[in-house]
Amino acid sequence: MTTTVALMDYADVIARFDPVLGLEVHVELSTNTKMFCGCPTVFGGEPNTQVCPTCLGLPGSLPVVNEIAVESAIRIGLALNCEIAEWCRFARKNYFYPDMPKNFQTSQYDEPIAFDGWLDVTLDDGEVVRVQVERAHMEEDTGKSLHVGGATGRIHGADYSLLDYNRAGVPLIEIVTKPITGTGERAPEVARAYVATLRDLLKALDVSDVRMDQGSLRCDANVSLMEKDAPEFGTRTETKNVNSLRSVERAVRYEMTRQAALLADGGSILQETRHFEEASGTTRGGRRKETSEDYRYFPEPDLVPIAPSRDWVERLRTTLPEMPAARRKRIQEEWSLTDLELRDLVNAGAVDLVAATVDAGASAAEARSWWVSYLSQQANNRSVELGELPITAGQVARVIALVADGSLTNKLAREVVDGVLAGEGEPDEVVDRRGLKVVSDDSALYAAVDEALAAQPDVAEKIRDGKVAAAGAIVGAVMKATKGQADAKRVRELILERCGG
Amino acid sequence: MSELTRLDAADLAARIQAREVSAVEVTQAHLDRIAAVDATVHAFLHVDTERALDAAKAVDDDVAAGRPAVSPLAGVPLALKDVLAMQGAPTTCGSKVLEHWQPPYDATVTRRLREAGVVILGKTNMDEFAMGSSTENSAFGVTRNPWDLDRIPGGSGGGSAAALAAFEAPLAIGTDTGGSIRQPGAVTGTVGVKPTYGTVSRFGLVAFSSSLDQAGPCARTVLDAALLHEVIAGHDPLDSTSIDAPVPPVVAAAREGATGDLTGVRVGVVTEFAGDGYQPGVSAAFEAAVAQLRELGAEIVEVSCPSFDLALPAYYLIAPSEASSNLARFDAMRYGLRVGDDGERSAEEVMSLTRAAGFGAEVKRRIMLGTYALSAGYYDAYYGSAQKVRTLIMRDFEAAFGRVDVLVSPTTPTTAFRIGERVDDPMAMYRADLCTIPSNLAGNAALSVPCGLSGDDGLPVGLQIMSPALQDHRGYRVAAAYEVARDAAQGGSLITRVPELEVV
Repeated sequence: MTTTVALMDYADVIARFDPVLGLEVHVELSTNTKMFCGCPTVFGGEPNTQVCPTCLGLPGSLPVVNEIAVESAIRIGLALNCEIAEWCRFARKNYFYPDMPKNFQTSQYDEPIAFDGWLDVTLDDGEVVRVQVERAHMEEDTGKSLHVGGATGRIHGADYSLLDYNRAGVPLIEIVTKPITGTGERAPEVARAYVATLRDLLKALDVSDVRMDQGSLRCDANVSLMEKDAPEFGTRTETKNVNSLRSVERAVRYEMTRQAALLADGGSILQETRHFEEASGTTRGGRRKETSEDYRYFPEPDLVPIAPSRDWVERLRTTLPEMPAARRKRIQEEWSLTDLELRDLVNAGAVDLVAATVDAGASAAEARSWWVSYLSQQANNRSVELGELPITAGQVARVIALVADGSLTNKLAREVVDGVLAGEGEPDEVVDRRGLKVVSDDSALYAAVDEALAAQPDVAEKIRDGKVAAAGAIVGAVMKATKGQADAKRVRELILERCGG
Repeated sequence: MSELTRLDAADLAARIQAREVSAVEVTQAHLDRIAAVDATVHAFLHVDTERALDAAKAVDDDVAAGRPAVSPLAGVPLALKDVLAMQGAPTTCGSKVLEHWQPPYDATVTRRLREAGVVILGKTNMDEFAMGSSTENSAFGVTRNPWDLDRIPGGSGGGSAAALAAFEAPLAIGTDTGGSIRQPGAVTGTVGVKPTYGTVSRFGLVAFSSSLDQAGPCARTVLDAALLHEVIAGHDPLDSTSIDAPVPPVVAAAREGATGDLTGVRVGVVTEFAGDGYQPGVSAAFEAAVAQLRELGAEIVEVSCPSFDLALPAYYLIAPSEASSNLARFDAMRYGLRVGDDGERSAEEVMSLTRAAGFGAEVKRRIMLGTYALSAGYYDAYYGSAQKVRTLIMRDFEAAFGRVDVLVSPTTPTTAFRIGERVDDPMAMYRADLCTIPSNLAGNAALSVPCGLSGDDGLPVGLQIMSPALQDHRGYRVAAAYEVARDAAQGGSLITRVPELEVV
């Protein structure tokens, strides 16, 4: 399987070709129950424990539409500036695969619930790209297959396969862009920014966990290249298994360089589904799609059409939260941030966390500093998203308050945060258990200072002789003796006092 | 034969409540009858003896304790078509692919029957996945027509209809996608009703064609069918296509009709359903029935429904299309038959081998027809056009029901044909549903009531009465009035003329 793939230098790709993107994002809704039955949707349950006759597709079972899912779909459509269909239907997408209980997926075809929208995407340097949204439609998720044995981890060649239908029937919204053209060398960046913006939007709508690592947000990236001034789009590939924002960017960029090399060499692009390899940042070919598969769509006869009343749609429009872009603008003003500071905040994925920390009583500057620097580092070290760190905005706010009232130094505060991250409880509990309170009791400090001076009589002598700089050694000794819990400034004052300064 | 098995359901229920007979005795009498004749008739695929007796006992306990009857049919035995899920009993749909499969849940119809104290004797034979008009497509052998054991009992619900005509059960449930309740009713001299689409829940009814399938009552009298109708009908939140409306007052209509007066009722005779292809004895019986309706006071007019001629071809695009998708789930992965799983073959190969071995020829034919009709490039010409025909048929009905209260026709163009006669001629087989299909496509109500024996072969003929959607009671009223007049004219109930079966 290891063949060398020719890649073209990225600058050469851009000089010769225009990339065209099409992004399909699947969002798992965070409804309590599945799309067409009452089974729970919780992630991570024992395999095949969240199933019933309907989501297992048992003979005779029938679907019933989850109203909350429809509501979420409409809200997503509205947030994406889409038209909401006055009347639409579900359709059956027919194909055989073991993880699909009915061997058809109940989806929407030519009558999506939302269509013709757009989403403005802000790139790192502030450039705004408007991405046209073709449609957002409702469907159900499939089960999960685990193919054991074989070289590829795919069904072909596997020794056996394990199937978990807990996910089968979980509500999905598929959001499809129109072809994104004219982005040139920034195409990979635009792809990433689009998914990131969409993720923030969905999060603000509170309709999904939008966890790419858990598959509740999945992106399929369609990429094609056309020679400059070519009249038609080139042949596209569709890359799946793109499980992080970074991967979106890498996958698009890789496909551009791979396709360009092929085309430049007189080759042609195979219309196919490709699989992104996280480790190497490459894509590998898979299912061929030379003619698009015939899914034999037809209207789902087990469900009645959905006709959202205009009243309902308008009511839902009033439930839309402040959109992330508008909110950022407001926050920038309220917190007096420079563009650069705002960008760091956004890139760190910290806007919501900082806002929540501010809501919990902290100052914006302190909250921002904690989340963007120290906590971002911790998240990096652990390879998790900032929001996944086991610390809440409220806990960070408490730490900030303890520093503000002098109970903690900044150094101690970091230790408290470490303790919270290590699962040792609330900040105050960590302070108690680790004994991290600043030692401000002078009598305790006098004892430590006297001890240190006695231990280093030569240094004490120097200080008494006016060599004040020598006090540093004693400060160090006291800090060591008090395990860093003393206020170094006060220690210094006491040393000088003791030495008759 | 115990006299108990000759009684109709309303009578049995009354006697049980009056403590003249126990529900257990009634059930046992029918179980005995099944034991005696079903080796010959083969109406049942599964007899649920123990649970039937348990259910009967529960009714007797209610009676003994003086509790009011849970329904007007409490304690009455019933034969359930094997296409409806019944927890703890096999539900095969007449297919090898589901042989031995036991659903972990009850269909809504099954649940309603149990809650009404109806005693489910067992599951009845049918054409595989309800595809057929003779029950010859069952993977488990043909059912014989008690009127002539060399003839078919109709289909797909031949088992349910034959069980009634053989006095193995006074009530049965069928399902009607293109005529599978009415045509078996017609050829066995029993009453079969297809209610308005959406009025009887499809939850637990193994789908053949979702937009057409409808479960309904089968009985030996119009009143019994109406009583059963009211037990099984009603809105069900588990079926999205279920209509949230009151059940039409069919029992009251049957009782009203039985007074024998149809004054003011306008009856339309569908002119398209006559002539070539109609057995003379069937046409004669039908015309006599129409004459009788006129005598009862009905106003008879001829009504043309030109689109009805397109119903059969449209049906054979829509039903197979939906079936090709509905039957995709039988793939050996989760339940049912599994063929060729030797540890070497791929899932895809096992799916393919299982479907090749598990489905019969007619099911395969329809899966292929439907797959083709839905294919890219053919969809508009086939499935799309068929849906347009469906709209035309609805308009014909609408226009007709603007002029008349009910429409009538023969239920099926011929009497029961001989077993094997049409197995190699699908088109001839399909024509058995010529007159019944329009009501499936339009979704309205239709029933078949026996209208005498054909003069040429002495076999039962069915009168089809079609009513607008949710006006099911109109058909019941006309059928009940006709039933009384028919029996009066012929000196007794038609069903009593069924030949005695040899008891083994």
